[in-house]
Amino acid sequence: MNPAPASARLWWALAALPLAFLGLFFLWPVGSVLARGLAEGGDLGGALAVLARPRTMRALGTTVALALAGTAGSLALGVPAAWALSRFSWRFSRGVRALVTVPFVLPTIVVAAAFSALFARSGLLGSWGLDQSPVAIVLALVFFNVSVVVRIVGGAWEALSPRLADAARTLGASRARAFWRVTMPALRPAIVSAAAVVMLFCSTSFALVLVLGGSRVRTIETEIYLQVNQFLDLRAAAVLAVVQVAFVGVALAVSARAGRGRAPVAVGGARGPRGLERVGVAAALAPTLLLMALPLAALVERSLRTADGHGFDHYAALFAQPARGVLPVPVWQAAVNSVVTALVATALAAAVGLVTAQLVAARTRRATALEGVAMLPLGVSSVVVGLGLLLTLNRSVLGVDLRASWWLVPIAQAVVALPLMLRVLLPAARAIDPRLRAAAATLGASPWRVWWNVDARLLRSAAAGALVFAFAISLGEFGATVFVARPDRPTLPTAIARLLSRPGIENVGMAFAAAVLLALITGGVMLLSDRLRTRVGAEL
Amino acid sequence: MRILRTAAIAAAATSVLALAACAADDEAPDPTDEATTASSPATGATDGATAGEAAGTVTVVTHDSFFVDDALLADLEAESGLTVEFVAPGDAGILVNQLVLTKDAPLGDVVYGVDNTFATRATEAGVFAAYSPTASAAGDAAAYAIPGAEDLLTAVDFSDVCLNYDLAAFPDGAPALADLTDPAFAGQVSVTNPATSSPGLAFMLATVAEFGEDGWAGWWEDMRANDVRVTASWSDTYYTDFSAPNYGGDYPIVLSYASSPPYEVADGEPATAAMLDTCFRQVEYAGVLEGAANPEGAQAVVEWMLSDAFQAALPENMYVYPVSSSVEVPAEWAEFAPLADDPATLDPATIDAHRDAWIDAWTAAVLD
Repeated sequence: MNPAPASARLWWALAALPLAFLGLFFLWPVGSVLARGLAEGGDLGGALAVLARPRTMRALGTTVALALAGTAGSLALGVPAAWALSRFSWRFSRGVRALVTVPFVLPTIVVAAAFSALFARSGLLGSWGLDQSPVAIVLALVFFNVSVVVRIVGGAWEALSPRLADAARTLGASRARAFWRVTMPALRPAIVSAAAVVMLFCSTSFALVLVLGGSRVRTIETEIYLQVNQFLDLRAAAVLAVVQVAFVGVALAVSARAGRGRAPVAVGGARGPRGLERVGVAAALAPTLLLMALPLAALVERSLRTADGHGFDHYAALFAQPARGVLPVPVWQAAVNSVVTALVATALAAAVGLVTAQLVAARTRRATALEGVAMLPLGVSSVVVGLGLLLTLNRSVLGVDLRASWWLVPIAQAVVALPLMLRVLLPAARAIDPRLRAAAATLGASPWRVWWNVDARLLRSAAAGALVFAFAISLGEFGATVFVARPDRPTLPTAIARLLSRPGIENVGMAFAAAVLLALITGGVMLLSDRLRTRVGAEL
Repeated sequence: MRILRTAAIAAAATSVLALAACAADDEAPDPTDEATTASSPATGATDGATAGEAAGTVTVVTHDSFFVDDALLADLEAESGLTVEFVAPGDAGILVNQLVLTKDAPLGDVVYGVDNTFATRATEAGVFAAYSPTASAAGDAAAYAIPGAEDLLTAVDFSDVCLNYDLAAFPDGAPALADLTDPAFAGQVSVTNPATSSPGLAFMLATVAEFGEDGWAGWWEDMRANDVRVTASWSDTYYTDFSAPNYGGDYPIVLSYASSPPYEVADGEPATAAMLDTCFRQVEYAGVLEGAANPEGAQAVVEWMLSDAFQAALPENMYVYPVSSSVEVPAEWAEFAPLADDPATLDPATIDAHRDAWIDAWTAAVLD
């Protein structure tokens, strides 16, 4: 890797876009919190003392343990599910694939409430004794993150030609041997990529840990929240946030090392399962579906529960102006707000994400650094990001006043969606055989034409998938949105949080109905995108 | 280290590209402006244009539970010529810290929603500018003033944070606070963590006031032995744990507000009631922010919050009691949401001095 100066200049020129975007809306805000926190008290010794507190060490241990367990669980359930959903198509496979993605965007407070109800003394699973235990948190983490694994690994599996494994088998390899020697190595980059994302997600999970742990289970993320919001100890928060950044660095370094390798791309044809395969597909999907079914059923039940039995009252209420002073607009209006902001956020994330994916696909040192920067939003506390936005964008920046601006909402969502988009795009971008580009260039194509005819074409399917993923994430985003959303223009997740802050069965019922609405919108978008993707894929 | 260095470079490179995009964005018509919202339309676009006028735009910083109906807001805007904007960067518990941290570049002109459990932290940090309202309810508000900060914060409303109980579980009336440590009530009480929940903090303070600085932690230790349930937030305790017919949880005694029972009335019959000897009185204040861009506008907002119309709408809009004695509370409140006769109170300065240590002591007694 020794690029000519001209291409280096082009690289940096293109890199200005993601760097400026992340710089202004993420690095500067976060950096200002860190700088202020670390400067407070002045000496490095004080900062180190925060690190050495038993409380901090315990929180770090818990964070790592929960993240590892959540990641292991998500992979254990997600990889088989990805196999069943990407290798085979049957009557309901699209529906199941859409369903599997739904949990990811559900507001954590609502899901946490559904889980708590399951584990409560009189709940369906009350006898398991998991109420307010770390195990309950891990189950919920898996519930949320299986979809990440299915999306990322499934996408790679789809692009993997089954002929390779078939060839190995023709050469006499057993089914298992063909899988471990051919399929697995080809999937490794995607699996590692998914694991890194899930790991970061689990390590910054906030509401889930707080609610399901009954505030007994303390992680780095919940400690940051306490230090900022309760004790106003910015230095401790900054030290902990630096620990998070280090954690991101380690996760990325490990994933970069383990994820090397290039999967040969082709469009693998999905087909109906035959014979024993049917049993395999059912067995691969059963644990995931079971884990999803229970909380989702609890959620739906809650949305139908009324003062005198069950009914659709709360759904009807979504379309009316709330009677008491809860929300300034009907919930359907909040849903429209959500869709509009999510569309804008997706466009922003797409512009930045597609450029970034191109820039970091080749693993040079500067590319690795840029990738790291772009992945940071996944691993840094939203409390710190939100506080940073208040500290930095709360004045006019070079003559532009973004204060209370509607645009901060899609911008914040795009920052969160960007790393996930990259994780979906990158394995596909890295899978492109450079010889294809070289061949095109040898045949006289200009660099632009090479990009258009090789990269753009081969990435189209992954890009479409990434965009839909970004849209879904923006739709359900809460942690960063809540800091910048205007109270008079709630999004669906912030509206749900408000509904849950007031007493009365109308409010809690409407909150759950709104969560079901969010799930339906997401599921619908996923279903639609799968259809589109198959059509786009068919052109290749 | 590489990441950090790149971060520094990138942060420095606040490129023209993104800023140009933002500038264009700022002038673009706001896609959701047509919606009927609590704020006036197109405030973003008029921001610069009206800055020179005397009235102009005033920005109200609140917590995310703030609600005001359109008519009330329209009254204010019509009378004063102000354009009112709201920002609500989080829940009530974190408002004060946000104000302290952004003191040098205030989030707005006036704040509403600072409460007596955190007020002193903000007043001592110099967050507020002095202002004494002249509205007729100002006299009533003065009764709730914070000693030493009378001219900085104006009381607007209050609520009693109390344990609520399921009437079906205790047909003969609720037990007294001190009796909850009795094994007969084992596994029956759900409260929230004072470190993560503002009613939780208020209730912890109620126990400090009730059992004294030496006795309160012991009471909590006994409660722990009695299987008290602790959750992270009010909605977990109320919506998930409460055994009231509407929620069907496992705990007949939960932490909530004196104003909650009216919302559980079915067919004119109450299903829950507040335990009025367990209450802590939480007062919410408004104050003009130091360094406000529009101090006159900020003062007008404080006056408006003491107006009869605003005060009368407080129960409906924010589930709290008005400070004004000249407005009526709704009939269902008068019937089902009586206030505590003798709520626990503590001097805000005392709270501020001990809050963190008390929370640590609570955590040690109940969780660790």
